[in-house]
Amino acid sequence: MIDFGYQINTDRQIDYDNNNKDIINYIIKFEPTFKICIACGTCTATCSAGNFTDFNIRKLITLIKRGEYDEVKKDIDKCMLCGKCYLACPRAVNTRNLILTIQKALEKYN
Amino acid sequence: MHYDNFVLPFSIGLFTLIVIVIYKFSLWIKNLPQTDKQLIKKGLFTFKTLEAIKEIILESLFHRRIFKRNPLLGYMHCTLALGWFLLILVGNLESRLHSGSEINLPFYPIFFKFFVHDRSNIPFSKFFTFAMDFILLFVLSGVLLAMTKRFYSKFFGMKKTTKMKLYDKLALTSLWFIFPFRLIAESSTSGIHHTGSFLTDGLGSLLGESLSSYLVYPAWWAYSLSLGLFFISVPFSRYMHIPTEILLISLRKYGIRQNNNYNSFSEIAVNSCPRCGMCIDICQLSSSANINNIQSVYIFRAIREGTLNEEILKNCLLCGRCQEFCPVGIEINNIRISKRKEFVIQNNKNSFSYLNPVNSQKADYIYFAGCMTHLTPKIKNAMISIFDKAKINYIFMDKDASICCGRPLKMAGLEEKANELVKKNKDIICNSGAKTLITSCPICYKIFKENYNLENIKVVHHTEFLLSLVKEDKIKLNHSGKKYVYHDPCELGRGSEIYEQPRELLKMLSDLVISNNEKQDSLCCGGCLGNLNIEEIERNLITNDVVDVLMVNNPEAIITACPLCKKTLNKSSKVEVLDIAEIVDKS
Repeated sequence: MIDFGYQINTDRQIDYDNNNKDIINYIIKFEPTFKICIACGTCTATCSAGNFTDFNIRKLITLIKRGEYDEVKKDIDKCMLCGKCYLACPRAVNTRNLILTIQKALEKYN
Repeated sequence: MHYDNFVLPFSIGLFTLIVIVIYKFSLWIKNLPQTDKQLIKKGLFTFKTLEAIKEIILESLFHRRIFKRNPLLGYMHCTLALGWFLLILVGNLESRLHSGSEINLPFYPIFFKFFVHDRSNIPFSKFFTFAMDFILLFVLSGVLLAMTKRFYSKFFGMKKTTKMKLYDKLALTSLWFIFPFRLIAESSTSGIHHTGSFLTDGLGSLLGESLSSYLVYPAWWAYSLSLGLFFISVPFSRYMHIPTEILLISLRKYGIRQNNNYNSFSEIAVNSCPRCGMCIDICQLSSSANINNIQSVYIFRAIREGTLNEEILKNCLLCGRCQEFCPVGIEINNIRISKRKEFVIQNNKNSFSYLNPVNSQKADYIYFAGCMTHLTPKIKNAMISIFDKAKINYIFMDKDASICCGRPLKMAGLEEKANELVKKNKDIICNSGAKTLITSCPICYKIFKENYNLENIKVVHHTEFLLSLVKEDKIKLNHSGKKYVYHDPCELGRGSEIYEQPRELLKMLSDLVISNNEKQDSLCCGGCLGNLNIEEIERNLITNDVVDVLMVNNPEAIITACPLCKKTLNKSSKVEVLDIAEIVDKS
């Protein structure tokens, strides 16, 4: 193939209809505070794991909503469950249980 | 040979009970971990067995621990346990003295009064008759109290009692009926033959001979039936705690303790729960947040029935108050954590391969602030200032980026992952060459002490460290004349039994006033990481109540020794909430 110096990106369009609704329903059922996150990023700023890596709860929540579970799976184990994000969160999202619930949901439905 | 058909319900019940208890006990002992079995073998023929017997008498018969907490409740349990035991003992003695043989069928002493009317050949027969009546009265007073408790628990100072299921109610009812039926049966026999003493003969005379002869048969049948029903219900109801607690106490004396896994010993502990409900009123989730289905008594029942679910298991602060109050002394927190392990995903290893701690510094002391302390930087800064004042040669282990101590993961049941963090941190600590590890966070302190196995390194919480600095004259304290109250953090107080050091420091600094709940009885601030399910609103309810309790003597500030407690109490408190390090630094 001729090298034109650029390439066509793969399609990044997200089709919400392809999401596994079971996963998000399970998460909302067992950790309803998932819904009240305002994506302010305070959790990420205080995160112990985020200090060493690009682990990021805000991103995890977005990825779950988009249905990009493989990304989530790659990152979620890095959480040390220390609870700083929970104390910092202005919306009182129960982040620690959210992490455990996401893990369970992915194990169960993905 | 003395026999009547009414002995059958009793005999069948007793036989069933004995068979089931022996079966269960042997299964439990067989399934104990090998190390625990070794402990039994080692301890069986030593003084430990005698100590166990002493403890069984004190606890299972006299109910010493319940007496300490609530004398009336203690009396109630004592009458039923000790009284019944004495009835069996004295009854057996009496019947053996009469028959002169050593081997009796088990029903013979139980229904002795019915079978034998002329007891003149027994030495001190008057005394025996009197004693049996007296003990029966003693037991009946307990039964009366038990009934009162069921319908009017406030009489015992209890706000809530265990919500019982049908089979427990059935067992309870049959137990209640045993002794009144025995009274009627013995009284009616005495009404005819005048065999009783003050109680049964008195009631017998009152009944009169004709009424007594109508009553006598049905009453003995009813007595036997209620006994039989009770015995059969024991293994399936809360009354299984009666035989199991004896086993539990013995195993404990041999040195067996609840470890991180739910094993056969845990099963014994769970079956020893009498569902007395002592853990309900003192649980702050119940008293402050009105959550009434997660208390240890319900967890243990759910474990026995196989209906345990994740939601109720995760909804516990792990503050350890119920463990402190449990009259059986069950290691509740460890059992809860061991059960949590079954509900989380113990995932693949090397979750934390991104953590590659390097530490080239060496010093005598190593300071670990802890994640929570980084959210309350005043504590951290105070500690740094004190280190400088006292000219301490130290390394700040988690100055820039901290690796969690692992306790939060452990509390959530993720033991494998916690161990991974333990290993990472341990490497740093051991490489530092420090002799003393100081931490500001009681959560970290607990796991450092219990799971890190730091040989040759002393682990101290900063309260202990500050006190030692004062004693060595490295820092000076000035009495501020202010009125402070101290809040015991759960992990430091009940969790690690550090009560005196902070108080000693505070007495040098201020006029320490007391709150309503001190030391072992202290309350959880509501912020504990042990609870994974509780909502923010419910946490706030708990915190508000704790602040009210702390403020009874109008202190000028609340002092604590835990960053998480400080942060939590700060939300509700009108006065300042300070860490002990801060005021030591200021003085």
